[in-house]
This record gives sequence, structure tokens and C-alpha cells, in this order.
Amino acid sequence: MADPAALDSRAAGGRNTLVLMGLLLGLLAAVSLFVGINRLSPGAVLSDPQALQLLAVSRIPRTAAVLLTGASMAVAGVIMQLLVRNKFVEPGTTGTNEAAMLGLLAVTLLTPAMPLFGKMLAASASALAGTALFILLARRIPPERPLLIPLAGLVYGGVLMACATFFALQTDLLQYLGIWMTGEFSGVLAGRYELLWLAGGLAVLSYFAADQFTIAGLGRNISLNLGLRYGQVLGFGIVTVSLVSALVIVTVGMLPFIGLVVPNLVSRIMGDNLRASLPVVAGTGAGLLLLCDILGRLLRYPYEIPAGTVFGIFGAAVFLYMLLGRRPHG
Amino acid sequence: MIKITGLSYGHGAKPILDGIDAEIPAGRITALIGPNGAGKSTLLNLIAQQLAPSRGCISLDGMDAARIAPAQLARKMAVVAQNLTVASRVRVKDLIGFGRWPHSQGRLTAADRAAIGDAIELFGLAPLQQRFLDELSGGQRQRAFIAMAYAQDTGWLLLDEPLNNLDLHHARNLMAQLRSLAEQRGKGIVIVVHDLNYAISWSDHVVALKDGRAVFQGPVDEAASAASLTALYQTPVAITRIGGLPFAQYHR
Repeated sequence: MADPAALDSRAAGGRNTLVLMGLLLGLLAAVSLFVGINRLSPGAVLSDPQALQLLAVSRIPRTAAVLLTGASMAVAGVIMQLLVRNKFVEPGTTGTNEAAMLGLLAVTLLTPAMPLFGKMLAASASALAGTALFILLARRIPPERPLLIPLAGLVYGGVLMACATFFALQTDLLQYLGIWMTGEFSGVLAGRYELLWLAGGLAVLSYFAADQFTIAGLGRNISLNLGLRYGQVLGFGIVTVSLVSALVIVTVGMLPFIGLVVPNLVSRIMGDNLRASLPVVAGTGAGLLLLCDILGRLLRYPYEIPAGTVFGIFGAAVFLYMLLGRRPHG
Repeated sequence: MIKITGLSYGHGAKPILDGIDAEIPAGRITALIGPNGAGKSTLLNLIAQQLAPSRGCISLDGMDAARIAPAQLARKMAVVAQNLTVASRVRVKDLIGFGRWPHSQGRLTAADRAAIGDAIELFGLAPLQQRFLDELSGGQRQRAFIAMAYAQDTGWLLLDEPLNNLDLHHARNLMAQLRSLAEQRGKGIVIVVHDLNYAISWSDHVVALKDGRAVFQGPVDEAASAASLTALYQTPVAITRIGGLPFAQYHR
């Protein structure tokens, strides 16, 4: 029989986790506002109009951009993992990012004057095609071989990347490729990051389909048995993942590992019932990326290390631990 | 009643199912029996609308099953597949809760919670309800999925090899629960079973398949004779009665 007291304490525990996470995020955000090359103290904000401007034009946009990116990439990662039914995938290991870059490259070549929003649409469309193709590919791989899927994804992404590099080399656009590949936030200013709110909005939207994604993660048969329109859920998931990846690449560049590491960390503790875990996934992604961005600003002060690089080192370590410390499935 | 007419699956010289005609009565336990590769699981998946037939049709309580909307079908029929590998970490209680999805779309009512509690108790899952699926043994996981199908509370219940990972105690318990679901709640139950003795001692009706064809079917006492079973499995089978129940002796 269900024990009501135990259930209540679990729900209350969930609420406490969210409150604690909110406080930590607030604290990190506050720190982020006052860390940078231009010295800014909390006291100056009240008296100095220039300080206020610095806050409004640079620090607040940068902090918001990091939080939105971290949260939406983590959400995209967990959705991808449920759709492919594999813990070792994320948009960076399924060709999504590389496909987005190919689209971006094509639009930069063909219509260089295209505004950012148009470029984003092109990148999204191409990410969508790339991801859909990968999902078709992944379905042919037997589920008993869980490591084959990320390996196939890495090869697939590598092939796409090789095409992108070839075209970039031929057209002298290699520099662009380099910019898209390193995710960093030092260039974020008011007016140049707002597309990321769209990514954040998509992450929020996906919460409304949390149950559907969780059920889809149990497999096609169970989804059909429960009357879920599996194809629609799959489609919605692919669109969300592709758009988020494209938006992030267009505005700040590629940020590998967030979508991989964060969902796995949360899943270890909370499981994969997205109704409960999705807010925690988003919050953890936002918090960890902000921490990496702050570290990147401080480690070689006054120079910066890109947040993507800092997270890459942290993420690679966690990923290795996950691979080596994998418990055998009963 | 489930009425299957001229059902085929697969193309070419050797289709997996070839022109099956069968009737499965409501409110009874029907066992699909037959040797390995006879097409039992395929037939079950076709009835569950998980696969589309190449020819023929299935009517469910008088309606063409292929035309029933998925959400509606999920309130009429629940199916537990044979292969239950799950990559995601979901708690047993949450999994069983998803059985109520066709009724509540995720907003659980008091009736849903009661059905979930009922399923947990009936299948002895109370001590495991907060565990993750990937922390369970094969048999425990099997019971969790059957409990989920039970919570779905449908008129039809389809189970593919439900006894696969179960020990004696749980296997017998499960069959007894299916029996009472059929007798007291009028549910139609279709099971694929390998163990001939479980099939003939617990079910009312059998449909025997061999090489993709239905070779015999009917009430157990009439259809499952020593001669027909011997021919079906190409193995000498003798039927004796122990305590009024049929017992198949085929071991040596």
C-alpha cells in the first residue's frame, strides 16, 4: 500500500531541492554580475550611472545568456537521451551541432547579408534534418549495444564536420567555423543575445510534454500501448533539440558536454521522470555553466578562458567517471 | 470477442503468419501455444495494433481494431511485451502510474491513485515501489510491467510470456490473479505461454499456431487433446488428470 507520509516527504523534498537550487542560482548570478575586467562593486551601482550602464549592457545580458544556454542545453540533452533511449547522447554527439554549422556555413556563403534571425532559421532547419537522419540511423542499432549509438553519432558528426571544414577551407571561412565551435560569452552584449530567450522558452515549453517524453523513453511499444502518439512526441522532441542547438550555436557557439553530463548527474539521483527532474536538470545546467563562466573569467584574470573549454574539462572528467563506473544492468 | 479473419503478416515465400482465422472469447483466458517461431508473439502484437498486418483484419468487440483511435484503444486493451529492456530510470510507482495515462493524461485523480495502490498491493510490489526499474531483477521488473497493465484497467489484457522470469511462487500467483480477473471482473486475457502445463491448467481456451498457421483452437478440454498436442510439438504428449486438472506429461 502507498504510504502517504513517505509520499508527502518526497514531494516536500522536491520542493526543498528547488528552493535550494533557486538560492544557489541567485547567489551565482549575483557573483557573475560583479566579476569582470571593469571593476564594479555593489556600492557603485547605487551612485554611479556608468556602473548601472555596464550592468545593463554587459553583465546582466551575459549572466542571462549563460543561464539560458546552460538550462536549455541540459534540457535538450535529456530529451535527446529519452528519444534515442541512450544515456550517452546529446546534441554534440548526434551530429545536431555539426548539421547546424553546415546550415550556418551555407547561409553565410550564399546570402552573407542575411540577418541573424534568418541565419538561425537556416541553422535550425539543417540541424533538424541532421538530427532526424541520426534518429533513423540509431533505430537500426540494437538496444543491447548501448555504446554503439554514441560511437555511430560521433562518426556521423565527424563526417558532417569534415564536410563543413572542406567547404570552409575552400571559401576562406575557417575562422567562422572556429568561432561557432567555441562557446563563450565574452562577446555577449544587450542586443546580441536575445535569441537565447527563445531557447529558454522552448525548454519551458517542453516541460508541458514532460510525461510524454518520459513515456517515449520507455520505448515505442509501451508508448503505443498507453495511446501516446509516439511519432508526434518524437517530432516535437527533435524540433526542440534542433532549435535549441541552433539558437545556442548562432548566438554563443558550441557548448559540448552540458547536455550529456547534467542529465546523467541528475538521473543518478532523481531518475528520469521528467515531471520531477526537468526543473532540476535545467537548474543544474544553468548553475554549472555559470560557475564555469565565472571561473573562466577569474582563472587567468584579466584574460578569459571560454566557458565551453572550462566545462569541457569538467565534463570530460565526469563522462569518463560515468563510463568507467557504469553499473551493469540487472 | 476478438475475431481474427484471414490475417497474414510478412511477405514472400514464407510469411510469418499466413491466413489466420481465430476467435478469442471475452471474459476468458486464452493461451496462444505452439512451437518456437510459430508466430505467437507476432499474432499478439498484431492484435495489440503494434504491428500492421499485410492482409486480413481484427475486430475488437465488433469494431475494426485498426480504426480505433490510439487513445481509445489504450482504454480497451493493455499489452505487456516480452522484451522489457528499459534504458531510462523510472521508479516502480511512477511506472505503474503511467498505466493510468490513458484515463487521466497525467493528472491523477483519487480513483487513479486507488488503482495504482491496488496494483502495487496485488503484485506484491509495495517494498519495491520507490526503486528504479534498472535496480530490479528480471522477474521483479516483469511484475512491475504487469502491474502497470493491470492499473490500465482495460477489458482486454495481452501478455507475451508473462511467466518468463518468474519463480514458482510468483508464476502461480500471477496465473491465479489472471483467473480471478477473468472470472470476477470479466476481463478477456490473452497470453503467450511456453509451459504447456500452465497453459492447459489455467486457461479456458487455446489457439495453437504452427509455422504461421492456426492448426487447432477451442476450449482447452476439447482442443488440447494428447493427439493434437503431440502433432503440434512433434513430441509425444500424454494427458493425465490430477485433481481434476489436465496435466501434460512430455518430459520423457
